[in-house]
Amino acid sequence: MTTVDIHAAPERAARRVAGFKPDLLQSSEHDLCPGCGHPIAWRLVLDALVELELSHRTVLIAGHGCYTQMMRIADLDSLQCLHGRAPAVATGVKRMLPDTAVVTLQGDGDMVSEGLHEVLHAAARGEKVTALLFNNGVFGDTGGHMTATTVLGQRTKTSLEGRDAAEHGYPIDVARLLAQIEGAAYVARGAVNTPGMIARTKRMIRRALELQMAGAGFTFVEVLTMCPTGWFVPTLEGPEYLEDSMMETFGIGELKAPSTTD
Amino acid sequence: MPPRLMQGSDAVADAAILAGCRFFTGYPMLPFTELLENMAKKLPAAGGVCINAESEIEAINMALGAAATGARAATGSCGQGVSLMQEGIAELALNELPLVVFNMARGQQDYFQSTRGGGWGDYRTITLAPKDIPEAVVHTQQLFYLADRYRTPVILYGDYVIAHTSVGIEVEKLDFGPLEPKESWALDGTMSGTGHARQIWTWARGKPNTPGPGPTQSWENIAEKYAEIERTEQRFETYRAEGADTLVVSFGTTSIFVDRVVDELRDEGVSIGSFRPITLWPFPALGLAEATRGCSRVLVYELNAGQMVDDVRMYAEDRSVIRSIGGVSQDSSGMRQGDLLNADEVRERIRRSLAAPATAKV
Amino acid sequence: MVLDAERCKGCGLCIPACRPNVLAMGAATNTAGFNLPELRPGCTGCMACAEICPDFALEVWKFAEPIVMDAPVVQGEC
Repeated sequence: MTTVDIHAAPERAARRVAGFKPDLLQSSEHDLCPGCGHPIAWRLVLDALVELELSHRTVLIAGHGCYTQMMRIADLDSLQCLHGRAPAVATGVKRMLPDTAVVTLQGDGDMVSEGLHEVLHAAARGEKVTALLFNNGVFGDTGGHMTATTVLGQRTKTSLEGRDAAEHGYPIDVARLLAQIEGAAYVARGAVNTPGMIARTKRMIRRALELQMAGAGFTFVEVLTMCPTGWFVPTLEGPEYLEDSMMETFGIGELKAPSTTD
Repeated sequence: MPPRLMQGSDAVADAAILAGCRFFTGYPMLPFTELLENMAKKLPAAGGVCINAESEIEAINMALGAAATGARAATGSCGQGVSLMQEGIAELALNELPLVVFNMARGQQDYFQSTRGGGWGDYRTITLAPKDIPEAVVHTQQLFYLADRYRTPVILYGDYVIAHTSVGIEVEKLDFGPLEPKESWALDGTMSGTGHARQIWTWARGKPNTPGPGPTQSWENIAEKYAEIERTEQRFETYRAEGADTLVVSFGTTSIFVDRVVDELRDEGVSIGSFRPITLWPFPALGLAEATRGCSRVLVYELNAGQMVDDVRMYAEDRSVIRSIGGVSQDSSGMRQGDLLNADEVRERIRRSLAAPATAKV
Repeated sequence: MVLDAERCKGCGLCIPACRPNVLAMGAATNTAGFNLPELRPGCTGCMACAEICPDFALEVWKFAEPIVMDAPVVQGEC
C-alpha cells in the first residue's frame, strides 16, 4: 500500500483548512484516555465561541471530572467549582456580568447525580447561561462508577452485572426534564461518535450560545461522549457502544427551541 | 439622616448596601428571613441583585460566583442553614474569595461552627459577634472591608435579638481604608482569548501559559495568611474587669445580660467584671490571658453545652479557675433565645458560683 | 493531512470517520508506544478526521491543484 507522508507539511502548494488545535486552547496536551469523547465536544464549544466573536467575553465554570483538565488548557477566564454547583455559581456570575457569555461544563455525575437541584432551578429561573453536559454515563474520574445517567444493562464498578432497574433504579433523562421548564429557552442533545453527529452537535452549541446572548433564557446542550475506559470497550468500539446504549436510551435532537427565529 | 426606629435586620441591610454589597441571596429561615426580605426590597434600587435561593447550598454557591467577579456579595442564614454552607465557605477560603456570611443565629450559640468550621482544608473565617444593633451595623461594614482585604469568607455572628428587635439608629457609611484592586484575580471574561486567561481553582494549578503554585504551596500560603490574621485582628472588650476577682466571659447579645448583672453585683460590692470576645475568630487570646490573670473565678456563660470554654481553657494561664455556667438554651418553638437569655438566670448562676468554693465545679 | 505523532494516542477514531476510507492503523509507533495511523492517496480534505481526533493531533490541508486519480468505490457513510 502506498502511503502519503503525514509527518510533515505538504511540499506541493496547499492551504491548511483545519488546524491542530482550536484558538482558545493554550495547549493541546491532556491526559484524557485514548478515544475519549470529551475533547471532541470541547473543540466544538471553543470553535463556536470564536465564530460567535465571544472569545474575549466568556467566563467558564467547570465542575469536577475528567473534563476539568479541559478547563485548565482552555484560554478562558475560568472558575472551577464544587461538584454539582456550576449552575448556581453561574447564576452569581451572570447576574453580575450580564453582557458576558457564561458557560458551565459538567459531566453526568456532576450535573445529574450531584447537581440535579442546581440545574433544574437555574433553568426555572431562566438564568441566561449555557449549561453543557458532557454525558458518558459514568463517573470517569473516580474510576468508572454508576451515575444517574448510566443506562440499563451498562456495567460499571457499582453495577457489575449491568444496571438493573430493580436494584439500581432507572437513568434520568435530564434534558427531557429541562425541556418541560418554562425558563429553559433551548434544550438539545447531540453526540460526538460520528462526523455527522459532530456536525449536528456543533450547530446545537452555536444555537445555544446565540440564544444566551440574545437573552432568550436558560440554554442547555447535552453531548453524549465516548468513555471506552469506563465502558470497558476498546477505543474503536466506543462510537458504536454509544449508539447502542446512550443514544438508544436518550435520543438525539432539539427537545426545545424557540418557535420563531430572528 | 436623623436616627429613627429601625429593626435590626433593616439596619444591617442598610449597612450592607452602604458598604457596597451588590449581590445578596438566601433561603428563608428565621431569624435570618427579615434580612433577606429587606435586601429583596432595597438592593435592586441600589443597583444590586437579590435572589431568593432554592436552598442554602445554592445560596452559598451563587454568592461565590458573584464574589468571583469581584462584586461585594453576601449571603446568610441561621446556624442550621449555615450548616449546609460549610463546603461552600471552605471553597471560598481556599479560592481566596471574599464573602460576608450573616449568621442570624437562633437560641443556641454555635461557636464551634463559626470558629472551627465544617469544611475541608486549612481555613478560617474572621467572625465578628456584635452585642447589639449599633455594633452590628459597624461590624457589617467592617466585614465587607475585611473580606476584601484578606480575600476570605467572613461571618457576622448575629442572632434573634439583633435581627428582630428595634432601636433608634442612624446608619452611617464608614470607611475602613484603601484596598487593593481586584482586577488581578476577579473574572470578567476579558482575559479570555488573550493567552493569559485568569483562573480560580482551589487546586491552583494555573493554565499552561500561566502555571500556578499548585495545591501544596497555595494551601500553605493560605494557612500562613490566616496565621497572620490571627496575630493582628484579635478584638475584645472588657467591662469593669480592672482588678476583678471574678470574670464572666460571654459573647454576642448574651453579654448585654451579663453586663447588667455585673453592674448589679458591683453595686452589692462583688469584685466582678466581664470579658467579651468581639472576634470569635481570631479568638482574643492575648486579651483573655491578660484579663484572667489573678482571677479566682472565670465563669463562661454561653448558650450551648460548652464550646467557647475550650478556647478560654486554652488561653487562660490558670485553667483550674474556669467554670462553664451557661447551657443549652433552645426553647420548644426554636424561635426565641430560650430560658437562659435572662438576667435573672445569669445572676442566679453567677451567685451559685460565688457561693461555691473557688475550686469546686459548679 | 498532517499528524502530530507525539500527540496521537492510537485510538483509531479517525479511521472509521474518514469518508473516502483512506486511513488505516499502521505499525509505526510514537515514543509513548501508541500505534499511528497511515494515509493512502485519496484524501478529499473533508476534515472529519481532525474533528473527531480527541488529541488535536491532525491538521488537514487542501492542495491548490487537486490530484486527479481513479478512486475505488467505497462503501459506507459519506
